[in-house]
Amino acid sequence: MADKKSTAELKQIASQVRRDILRMVHAVQSGHPGGSLGCTEFFTALYFHQMDLKLPFAMDGKGEDLFFLSNGHISPVWYSTLARRGYFEVKELATFRHINSRLQGHPATEEGLEGIRIASGSLGQGLSVALGAAQTKKLNGEDQLVYVLMGDGEQQEGQVWEAAMYAAHHKIDNVIATIDYNGQQIDGPLTEVMDLMDLKAKWEAFGWDVITSNGNDFDSLIPALEKAKSMCGKGKPVMHLMTTAMGAGVDFMEGTHKWHGIAPNDEQLANALGQLEETLKDY
Amino acid sequence: MSVKFSYTDKIDTRSGFGAGLLELGRTNPNVVGLCADLTGSLKMGDFKKEFPDRFFQVGIAEANMIGLAAGMTIGGKIPFTGTFANFSTGRVYDQIRQSVAYSGKNVKICASHAGLTLGEDGATHQILEDIGMMKMLPHMTVINPCDYNQTKAATIAIADHEGPVYLRFGRPAIPNFTPADQKFEIGKALHLIEGSDVTILATGHLVWEAIEAEAILREKGISVEVINIHTIKPLDEEAILASAKKTGKVITAEEHQYHGGLGESVARVLAKHHPTPMDFVAVEDSFGESGKPADLMKKYGLSAAHIVEKVQKLLKK
Repeated sequence: MADKKSTAELKQIASQVRRDILRMVHAVQSGHPGGSLGCTEFFTALYFHQMDLKLPFAMDGKGEDLFFLSNGHISPVWYSTLARRGYFEVKELATFRHINSRLQGHPATEEGLEGIRIASGSLGQGLSVALGAAQTKKLNGEDQLVYVLMGDGEQQEGQVWEAAMYAAHHKIDNVIATIDYNGQQIDGPLTEVMDLMDLKAKWEAFGWDVITSNGNDFDSLIPALEKAKSMCGKGKPVMHLMTTAMGAGVDFMEGTHKWHGIAPNDEQLANALGQLEETLKDY
Repeated sequence: MSVKFSYTDKIDTRSGFGAGLLELGRTNPNVVGLCADLTGSLKMGDFKKEFPDRFFQVGIAEANMIGLAAGMTIGGKIPFTGTFANFSTGRVYDQIRQSVAYSGKNVKICASHAGLTLGEDGATHQILEDIGMMKMLPHMTVINPCDYNQTKAATIAIADHEGPVYLRFGRPAIPNFTPADQKFEIGKALHLIEGSDVTILATGHLVWEAIEAEAILREKGISVEVINIHTIKPLDEEAILASAKKTGKVITAEEHQYHGGLGESVARVLAKHHPTPMDFVAVEDSFGESGKPADLMKKYGLSAAHIVEKVQKLLKK
């Protein structure tokens, strides 16, 4: 069942998730903090408010909402959220990116980590996977939804648009896709690297209903996700363009691509943690 | 020359796939079909007609098709994807690697028009590297059946195998000589002809060529063992080693590049356990070209006559 936390509770969880992200990435001196921090409210909202989930984890996902992460490099935020939601022990976060860990650099099923249903990291594949899972839900007569998150830089992959076309043609209306629209990719701002131009118009032209939100503000994000849910079942796929700030929650990381895939040093970690209350216990 | 197998008709292996898929549709409600705008070529039309709710037209978008299939397994479906072998492998290698093989998904990648016998369309479509690409992927099973009946039986068998499978078949009508009621065992080599001088290990369309080669060689007084290796991965190492120990000479035959093909898999097994003189009937590091299938097989050294020639050379060594 969906665990509907209050906005105050969600903010507390988000603060802890951000601490987890920073500590995980710092401990192994690798990983992707920027996008993880930017999507913290989204993951918190999905797993602690929106999604109808079943624990313990079952790969087949029957009778529950499903989530797929297409931009797998923001694995730290997903791992922290899953652990905090009870999929596996929080202390396992300490193994992130180390040898013999179930918490691979990019999400994987190979080691059997609860909560992960497909490997991702090589970009552009998650929307296709989500659409397939959504069609299986329909074939099975299930009315739960399938969520998928993609990056905005990922929109440069051609497969995304193959999937976009397919979803509208086949009227897949039990999927809610979200794009983390932070405007940044590894080499710089999207507008400089490869401009997406009018992304909303593109998705609308592909036959999707598009809504927008501020993904770092629960008061904007939760209503948007509720609205997305209400738009399902009406013969069209739903796209949620979620504006976020890369690195959100840590002042010196916010709004720049520089922290896409860089770990903070000891001093930077201390500075960042000083900005984030330890609301649940650090692992 | 009298071949040891008889057949009443020549028929394409892809039709065996179509017939197998139709039967699966009737017996296994979890089987679904996906096709990238080649329903007729893949012989998926009957399945589509009888099970429209379990057939998904993907359009010319193979990468999306592989991702969809991976996703459909979550919740218990068994997706069979259909397109040409080139678009089933080379075009979507990363999608298969990440979303199917590494993720351990129960997807059946069914690939027609493999190899030179695709014919007139030429080298852009004549993939000769697919076995190599697919066998390198961890978790992947690779099957290349030899005729209509075997392809049909293999199609039905892979639905009961949990895990990703690459099923490779072809376009031309060829002798249909294996039994219609056979049970297909994944990974189990099929002894077709017993012999003592040399072993021919053949897969796919080259199996019939090997049968013809055996007849020619028998007339020359050479005793040939013919084994059908329909499953390239996992390889039936036991059967290969037993035959190699018996005959002491091994030839492999396949419609594929020498690099990365069945021959190299066999060579690995023999080098490790029982070094044996070998030769390889395969395409020698070149692309194909347009032409009639039989002419191409001759030009690129894949006919019965070439098998005979290589056997004779190997026996002289």
